[in-house]
Amino acid sequence: MKNNIIHYCNIKNSEVYLDGKKLYEGAGEEDFSSFIKGVYKNFNLDYPKFYKMDGLCKLAIASSSILLEDLKDEIDPDMAILLSNKSSCIDVDLKHLDSISQGEESYASPANFVYTLPNIALGEISIKYKLRSENSFFIFEGFNPTFMIEYANSLTQLNKASSVLCGWIELNENNYNAFMFIIKPENGIEFTRKNLEKLI
Amino acid sequence: MEELKKELKEKIIEALNLEDMSVEDIKDTDILFEDGLGLDSIDALELIIILDKDYGIKLTDSKDGKKIFQSIETMAQYITDNRTK
Amino acid sequence: MEDRIAITGMGIVSAIGMNAAENLMSLKGNKHGISKIEHIDTTLKDKILVGEIKKTNLELEEILGLPALNNFSRSSMLGAIAAKEAIGDAEINTEGNTSIGFVNSTTVGGMDMIEQFYDNFLEKKEHQHYIEVHDAGSNTDLISEYLGINGFVTTISTACSSAANAIMLGARMIKSGRLDQVIVGGMDGLCKFTINGFNTLMILSETYNQPFDENRKGLNLGEGAAYLVLESEKSYKKRGKTPLAFLKGYANANDAYHQTASSEQGDGAFLAMKSAFEVANMKPEEIDYVNAHGTATPNNDLSEGRAMVNIFNNKVPDFSSTKPFTGHTLAAAASVEAVYSIFALRENLVFPSLNFVENMKEFNLTPQQKLEEKEVSAVLSNSFGFGGNCSSLIFVK
Repeated sequence: MKNNIIHYCNIKNSEVYLDGKKLYEGAGEEDFSSFIKGVYKNFNLDYPKFYKMDGLCKLAIASSSILLEDLKDEIDPDMAILLSNKSSCIDVDLKHLDSISQGEESYASPANFVYTLPNIALGEISIKYKLRSENSFFIFEGFNPTFMIEYANSLTQLNKASSVLCGWIELNENNYNAFMFIIKPENGIEFTRKNLEKLI
Repeated sequence: MEELKKELKEKIIEALNLEDMSVEDIKDTDILFEDGLGLDSIDALELIIILDKDYGIKLTDSKDGKKIFQSIETMAQYITDNRTK
Repeated sequence: MEDRIAITGMGIVSAIGMNAAENLMSLKGNKHGISKIEHIDTTLKDKILVGEIKKTNLELEEILGLPALNNFSRSSMLGAIAAKEAIGDAEINTEGNTSIGFVNSTTVGGMDMIEQFYDNFLEKKEHQHYIEVHDAGSNTDLISEYLGINGFVTTISTACSSAANAIMLGARMIKSGRLDQVIVGGMDGLCKFTINGFNTLMILSETYNQPFDENRKGLNLGEGAAYLVLESEKSYKKRGKTPLAFLKGYANANDAYHQTASSEQGDGAFLAMKSAFEVANMKPEEIDYVNAHGTATPNNDLSEGRAMVNIFNNKVPDFSSTKPFTGHTLAAAASVEAVYSIFALRENLVFPSLNFVENMKEFNLTPQQKLEEKEVSAVLSNSFGFGGNCSSLIFVK
């Protein structure tokens, strides 16, 4: 059977959707930091490490948690993770840069620095769901559905994974867009470029 | 030392993003790492930065942190004995 | 016809040489490139040792023939020099050829330029053009343009395993028939961002790095770039090009333990190596030499050592870390070390793990201490990045 999109989650414009249904709406004018805290509280994510993460990881953990919470016992241990975005982890990069540009008073923060790589988001998801599977993070000019389809399909075809958690997780100051989805050879929405462009 | 201990609790809550925690929630003798407050190795490094930045104490071996950061009590004692700021 | 993945070209710049020949000569001559920082004005200048390429940005611009006003960061200049050598070595023509791809990787991107001019970006308009190329992707595009690469182009950013993942993606694209030839690898230049960051994690050494040594104190950062040209069997046979070596195994796994530390038993590392053997359809006993990740941090060497003891069932083959020569070149590490692995195959040499003095007490593992001539037919190369991202590659003659 071909791979299909079996579940998907969207977080953008102060709203959270799961499989196309709106589940949460933030206060509207709030900044990303306040919004994502609201999401965490609303969905009872119950994961104290969340507060230590940078914005990109918070967005990745929030969207993947909402997606995976109900599937807890059915998550394939070899589910691969394939994420991408345009801005890498620029937000926390600039925070780190700021902290080391204070001349004599410069103190880099280890808690900041560990997040200055986009693939830490892969690590955080893997830690939370105990996944030791294949994972990669790609940087593109914009959402690249063709690449994601080819890459995700090749992972299941080569028997490297039974399912793939895919995502476009973009955060740049207060502009954010998270589109996370799981593909698997089960019934679901057809895994095509057209559909991905519609759902993001 | 009471003032210092309160100061440390406030700093830890802020620097380590211990949301939903207040100064009253941390007892002087609570174990900070692992099963206690659940701090990890990165938090230990942040505490080393605080020692340097706010109290002028430079730790060169991160392993020394284990003894010093056992609890608020041990931290406050170490700082009182060694602070240069 | 078989469908092996061939390596038909290589290019490299590092602290021990500005091209492949120079790098090989340094490895053979025990000439390392670790020293104090000369070209970056950081407060840690006198404290740490690094694998710095002793060329200023101006000199790199001259080598590439760039105009005075350009958007190249130090990382992308190193990348362009190495990629150019790889393309020349492979004798491929990029012009108008859309079946040649480029999979690049970097952690620094344009950060070295941003950090220099960050404070007065608003006032100094003449530096603002660098803002456009801060992100990793734009740096790759600059190099693609410079080299006339027209096919599939992407950038991977997975810390110290980046280049291995780039090599892996390239191999898969060839296996799936998407591309005939692909340039794969990574680049990273030294900058304050990285130096200060690693310093605050307290994993830098003030002395020469000593991988797998009981008294190891941490790593020396390095800079560099290296690329392989991967090619399908059909393609290289068609044009009559003799391969340098073959990529037989590759795999990636997550350690799922911590953002920057590795698990005690090296689970991710073990899984990556195990998977690589499965892909290669090879047994661990067939490996003649392991080029370890070996960063000389207390944590990595312990967990990597344990993983090696486990995967090789206590019979670990000759192994070494070449990071005492070059420093830890971050995103470029896996491709720099891929080039060295291929040198090992072609020259039948096992390179030494410099600065080793005393065995680690946790296990009985002694790295190679002298340059040794022996038959080398299969090499395993490990690269483990922050975020638990572990990758392993297997190269054969």
